[in-house]
Amino acid sequence: MQPVVPEITRTSVTNLINKGERTDGRALDQYREISLETGVIKKAEGSARVKIGNTQIMIGIKPQIGEPFPDTPNVGVFMTNSELLPMAAPNFEPGPPDERSVELSRVTDRGIREGKIIDLENMVLIPGKKVWMIFIDMHVVDYDGNLMDAAALGAMAALMDTKIPTATVQDDEVVIDYENMQPLPLKDKTVMCTMAKIGKELVSDPSLEEESIMGARISIGIRSDGTICSMQKGGERPFEKEEILKAIDMAQEKTKELFKYLPES
Amino acid sequence: MILVEDKDIVVPGEVLAEGEYYAGRGTFKDDSKVCSALVGLVAIRDDKISVLPLQSKYIPKRGDVVIGKITEVRFSMWNVDINSPYSGILPASDVFGREKRDMNKAFAVGDILFMRVVDVDEVKKVKLGLKGRGLGKFRGGILVEITPTKVPRLIGKKGSMINMIKDHTKCEVVVGQNGLVWVKGKPEMERVVEKVIKTIEAEAHTSGLTDRVREMLNQLLGIEEAEAEKEEEEDFKEELIQ
Amino acid sequence: MERADGSAYLEFGDNKVLAAVYGPREFHIRRFLKPNMAVLRCRYNMAPFSVEDRKRPGPDRRSLEISKLTSEALSPAVFLEKFPRSSIDVFIEVLQAEGGTRCAGITAASVALADAGIPMRDMVVACAAGKSNGQVVMDLSEWEDKEGEADVPVAIMPRTGEITLLQMDGQLTKDEFEQALDLAKEGCMKISEEQKKAIKNRYGGD
Repeated sequence: MQPVVPEITRTSVTNLINKGERTDGRALDQYREISLETGVIKKAEGSARVKIGNTQIMIGIKPQIGEPFPDTPNVGVFMTNSELLPMAAPNFEPGPPDERSVELSRVTDRGIREGKIIDLENMVLIPGKKVWMIFIDMHVVDYDGNLMDAAALGAMAALMDTKIPTATVQDDEVVIDYENMQPLPLKDKTVMCTMAKIGKELVSDPSLEEESIMGARISIGIRSDGTICSMQKGGERPFEKEEILKAIDMAQEKTKELFKYLPES
Repeated sequence: MILVEDKDIVVPGEVLAEGEYYAGRGTFKDDSKVCSALVGLVAIRDDKISVLPLQSKYIPKRGDVVIGKITEVRFSMWNVDINSPYSGILPASDVFGREKRDMNKAFAVGDILFMRVVDVDEVKKVKLGLKGRGLGKFRGGILVEITPTKVPRLIGKKGSMINMIKDHTKCEVVVGQNGLVWVKGKPEMERVVEKVIKTIEAEAHTSGLTDRVREMLNQLLGIEEAEAEKEEEEDFKEELIQ
Repeated sequence: MERADGSAYLEFGDNKVLAAVYGPREFHIRRFLKPNMAVLRCRYNMAPFSVEDRKRPGPDRRSLEISKLTSEALSPAVFLEKFPRSSIDVFIEVLQAEGGTRCAGITAASVALADAGIPMRDMVVACAAGKSNGQVVMDLSEWEDKEGEADVPVAIMPRTGEITLLQMDGQLTKDEFEQALDLAKEGCMKISEEQKKAIKNRYGGD
């Protein structure tokens, strides 16, 4: 059951935002405090813990050798998966991934895929037969709004933290050398900026309270050169074209700040 | 023999005393031992030993006043979430008497009400009512949530803490025993009250709290006033430029 | 953690375990509801990245069994009768596994229960003992867990010493078993001290 939002909360938050203020004192385009750590899980080849406000996600990367998809025999494979753990919010239920978790996985996946972030061509061992498969698993531990941006930032940091073993081919057999780990081949970086429409305004990094009353939401994935690589609208209300264009401007501006949390290279 | 001191922090299962002592709230007896059932602070009054919890859920008691949220409108009653493991019902007859009227027009889903707990039965079914001074639906304002065990601290001795907050901020403040607090005043004052209430919650188990809250209020309001002055000044400047 | 009513994070050796508690809260599933007491439900889950070879997400038979045993290990300590018709939900997430995660999970969960303000008779702790290379030892590491001859995870209520979880696999003589049980209990008592210290430190000072 979806929690009922008190009417007086809806009114007071909206009124405040229409005046250019937010309940937690932030400016409309301001993010909550962000923290990002990498290498937190030593059993994973790459990992990150990301916090935006009280939202917290653990991300682990595991590589495996596997078969490529038949239609793309000459590129590596990666898969993005997320779990909205029932510990993360009172209304998250145990069980198979629900539509919210599938959306989160797919939006994160699309940003990385369409941004051409991972150098998949460089992950082929035996064309058509053996390639590296990269699993990005995102564990949502605490849910306090804006999972999209946290997931994208954390997944990017975890990918940059990832070291995979050196693999060579000898007599059509793949030989893995765990002694020699090397960075996962990456071509670029991407992060995401989400804005919620509340009243007449767009606010970035919506909190849980803001998400509960927002009309609509737009998430925009941006590459390091400022180009857009993915977009997702959510929520039950419509957007106008001007709002979308404004959101893109905001995203291009705000993602400059988000990129600073990632390492240089 | 008492094994702990007043205001010690104890954990569940910890033996507090052995011998002829009374097991107060938050404790239980195991043979001749009085043990803590909670994480909390020890309170020793003569030969009665209690533990005051640092956190707990609100368990409804007859006579309490609570703030609740309408979650469902039914044929002849409303379901009300009272921030507790047990939701309450508000019978239509309590609101309309014998008259039949449109339930939705009286209270709709999402409305916030101030109510009295009229009855709680053995399996914690809760009946709510609106008869009494100040009870009814809230219009406007904001809601702040705190741990129910911190409510007495927020009210203070004979209302000293809550009255101080009201006086300083000119806000109406209504405290439900279930840990929900309704605040209405100027929007910026509402946020000041929210901040102060959260501080009281976080520091409820420390001493000298009233003085620190007074200081905090002065400081926060000082800033507010300064900002207001600055804004006025800027407005004034703008007018001059024009 | 922000949303949960109570939570705890435990690092035990190389295990990293997170536990969170919601409740007592309204129980909507009528057929599992108990009219005169609360139901303590537990979900033990391993993150896909917590082990060497990626674990497929979602529950498997092992996690389901551990979930049930954890619930049964914790229930005797909780005053369930104080909260009729409600549920207390315990979630355990293993972020990094190094053997003995069920014990770490139980120990973390009882801290989370205490943190949630749920009244309890005692704080359950768990520890394993086993046999490796012919020796009965305390707290098997992952290597010993897999190569060892026997594994005995135990949970107790430390004040009374009552046992709330006991499993064994492998082969032991009766004497060896008794030795293992005593060692596991000894381990529990040590962990119990740490567990209590952790809570007192959290609220510590004044």
